[in-house]
Amino acid sequence: MAHDENMAVDAEEFKAEVLSKYPAKVAKKRKRQIVINQVETGEKVPEILANSRTIPGILTMRGCSYAGCKGVVLGPTRDILQITHGPIGCGFYSWATRRNQTKPETLESPNYMTYAMSTDLQEDEIIFGGEKKLKAAIDEAVAMFHPKAIGIFATCPVGLIGDDVHAVAREMEAKYPDINIFGFSCEGYKGVSQSAGHHVANNKVFTDVVGLSDKAKPGKFRFNILGEYNIGGDAFEIERIAQACGLTLHSTFSGNSCYEEFISAHTVDLNTVMCHRSINYLAEMMEVKYGIPWFKINFIGADATAKSLRKIAAFFGDKDLIAQTEKVIEEEMIEVNKVREEVKAHCAGKTAMLFVGGSRAHHYQELFDEIGMVTLAAGYEFAHRDDYEGRKVLPNIIVDADSRNIEELTVEKDSTRYNARKSEAEIEKMKADGFTFNDYRGMMPEMKEKTLIIDDLNHYETEKLIEKYHPDIICAGIKEKYVVQKQGIPLKQLHSYDYMGPFAGFKGAINFYREIDRLVHSHVFKMTKAPWQESPELTASYAWTK
Amino acid sequence: MLLRHTPETIVERSALTINPAKTCQPIGAMYAALGVHKCLPHSHGSQGCCAYHRSALTRHYKDPIMATTSSFTEGASVFGGQANILEAITNIFALYDPDVIAVHTTCLSEVIGDDLPQIINKAIAEGKIPEGKKVIHTNTPSFKGSHVTGYSNMTASLVQYFSEKTGAKLEQINLIPSFIEPSDMSEIKHIADEMGIKYVMFPDTSDVVNGPMDGKFRMYPHGGATLEQIKSAGDSVKTLALGRVGAAAAAKLLDTKCKVPCEILDLPIGLSATDTFVQELRLAAGVSVSDAVMLERGQLLDVMVDMNQYTYGKTVSLVGDPDIVLGMAQFCHDVDMKVIHVVSGTSAGAKFATRIKELCGDDVIVKTGLNADMFYFHQLIKNHKPDLILGNTYCKYIARDEGIPLIRIGFPIYDRVGHSYFPVVGYRGALRLLEKVLDIFMDKQDKEAPEEKFELVM
Repeated sequence: MAHDENMAVDAEEFKAEVLSKYPAKVAKKRKRQIVINQVETGEKVPEILANSRTIPGILTMRGCSYAGCKGVVLGPTRDILQITHGPIGCGFYSWATRRNQTKPETLESPNYMTYAMSTDLQEDEIIFGGEKKLKAAIDEAVAMFHPKAIGIFATCPVGLIGDDVHAVAREMEAKYPDINIFGFSCEGYKGVSQSAGHHVANNKVFTDVVGLSDKAKPGKFRFNILGEYNIGGDAFEIERIAQACGLTLHSTFSGNSCYEEFISAHTVDLNTVMCHRSINYLAEMMEVKYGIPWFKINFIGADATAKSLRKIAAFFGDKDLIAQTEKVIEEEMIEVNKVREEVKAHCAGKTAMLFVGGSRAHHYQELFDEIGMVTLAAGYEFAHRDDYEGRKVLPNIIVDADSRNIEELTVEKDSTRYNARKSEAEIEKMKADGFTFNDYRGMMPEMKEKTLIIDDLNHYETEKLIEKYHPDIICAGIKEKYVVQKQGIPLKQLHSYDYMGPFAGFKGAINFYREIDRLVHSHVFKMTKAPWQESPELTASYAWTK
Repeated sequence: MLLRHTPETIVERSALTINPAKTCQPIGAMYAALGVHKCLPHSHGSQGCCAYHRSALTRHYKDPIMATTSSFTEGASVFGGQANILEAITNIFALYDPDVIAVHTTCLSEVIGDDLPQIINKAIAEGKIPEGKKVIHTNTPSFKGSHVTGYSNMTASLVQYFSEKTGAKLEQINLIPSFIEPSDMSEIKHIADEMGIKYVMFPDTSDVVNGPMDGKFRMYPHGGATLEQIKSAGDSVKTLALGRVGAAAAAKLLDTKCKVPCEILDLPIGLSATDTFVQELRLAAGVSVSDAVMLERGQLLDVMVDMNQYTYGKTVSLVGDPDIVLGMAQFCHDVDMKVIHVVSGTSAGAKFATRIKELCGDDVIVKTGLNADMFYFHQLIKNHKPDLILGNTYCKYIARDEGIPLIRIGFPIYDRVGHSYFPVVGYRGALRLLEKVLDIFMDKQDKEAPEEKFELVM
């Protein structure tokens, strides 16, 4: 459906209609989670209720803290051996299902990502405690795999029966001093979504992993990417581009990563943040402790990629680097522009909705925009207000009981290794020139007026959006995919990419343009109606059989 | 190598499970509840469980899997989940209007000891359950059993809550399938239909999780056993449970609760097991086997005979759920393939091992239950390579590393389609399975034969 027609849907009316079906208590809450966008001076946008409890009984997209910690942040690291402490399910469901690709250095290099390890707790251990079994499991893992590091992930019942994964980690590390063993209190009930688990993961990686080795990778312009998980090979494409520009990507947290890169990650001169939601904590803590500046980048969208590369080059301020970066962008953009124009000719004016994650619903708008498609509505599954409204609202975010139970670390300057990469004067000068640090503008300031912003979108609201707006494509996850597709509307998964990719960087942009072109033009979605359903009047004129 | 750290030498483990050959109970309960018409499964725990189960079932069926959750937070985990589920019940009936909410517990709600019958009674007392609507429950702590027992528990709960003996003598048979595909459930019904037998099947996920694409999303698809049917199961003449681990509990409960006698059969996979099923159906209903069913049997046997040289003596490793694995072993036996390994993460007991040994010979290695995982299964294969692996999608890592062909059977199958639509049970299912097996061995021969020995006619 043409875009103008869609914009004719009155967002206020839509909101009122959606809320009218809810029980009063639900309506009261959802009213604050469904916002009609309005951008005023200073990028001021309406306040949205986010990172708030999921309403029981409402068909939500959200997962749990364990999924955010083990599944998202630590899962993509190949050589930290990961043991799920709990009944079998959690370990089973997080077994290779997130498509984090990884490429070990050699055929012999460790890679545990194809293994799901669990203590498979049984009733007796729930009653009498599971620590003994966890220790035995670590013994067995060490004997068989000899890993450099072991992460232990707590599941719901573990927290309730009082198993102390941290005490076990300390004890086992004393037994195996060559192995770094650490635990994560990421019980599924912590917080209100995956987000709590991201924070738990960041904290432990910061305290127990980063900073253990000062062995830096050689290179002149050394940086990390935080919050890039190499789904569908995104990190591979970013690595390719970074290398071509002359940058040294030391470590990605955590796509295609290994332990050695993590422990020396503090040796870089810049942290760039891709997924703000899942990993801004680590960037902030590394800045305070080691003096590494950070800023937000985005490699989703060819223009966004170019912009991010230019910003990184500008940060290092080296003429040759800047020139090489421009050369790479110019070369890469030839093919990008060719495909973009080709696809744009078919797709311009078509409409999209994005409801996913904590940054993708924002980042992917870039790609749709590049092919002339219009985003009608967007929202995050587990983000916070700052991801919607920008980091400027951080001081105003109220910490509730669910956030309070996630530890907030007090970080201090490292007495020996703190090294301000840029002096205060340099930073101030750069800022005066328009360079931004510690920045995230949020999704809403970049979205059009009157578009719908919906946090923690649920099934019923998805149905209403489709009914009223008839988008040409919806982006969400596996649980939503077939609900939407049964209605003849393509759904692009932005967690798993529907087993495709990469979609990041220049080649990724090309892949995505073509993929969207396929989805909005494929014949298969147009065959929903059989000929006799398309023109039922014909049957009447041949009604012999009565 | 994808599984580069798996050593050939097998060392006994007691604590660490690696690459499980099972998952947890709640997902089975969710699947069983989907086999009831207008029933919404509800997960009483933190929302991650529900998200994981819905994702896993969706990846397997590539169809919508709708289920709600109590969305526990830390507060609920400490003070109990009663407030959460009462709120959930209100919201579910207001928004989704199911006829039944089928609640299953999780490790979390079990550890804190939420008493679901008491909570459901409270919901009734407080008028939260609309007239004519039902809320039922089953207990599925994840630290017991597996997805198969979770399925079994929910199926038994359907009997507990709904089946009634009214005294009416209904000329119908109850068919209770184990955790199998919707296509298999359809095939079982097809056989009964062909024999002119009236039956009640539950759970019945056919036309629920393999629904059509017709431009509409249906929260409650056409399929599923109705509450009237499950209620009437208490007046049936007999129950046939298909699969001991997944289906016996409900059948036995129908016997004790409603005095409906039951026969516990294996899943009808392969000719012999299907013969047994057909024979029991015939005796229970007092009918003769129809020509149509005899034709299907005859066609299957015809291909088994014609192509026996390609299956005879081939070795097979099996991993999966006990009921399905036992069925596969019977199929293999029927076509003269030799099963050398049988692994299931679900405990199946001594009788299971005895049955497997009867079918496959004394030298078959059988392990079920704790630490019977796919890491061990892989080690067995490293020590004795089979010609074929039968198991779920996760076997593809082993299959690729070891260069052994794989046929995907069981749960989950994340990377191929077909299982939702084409059965492995019954005569037609066995024929489909046999075709798959033959394709593998004959393609291999075509690929590897020296040019001078390349065959046109096979």
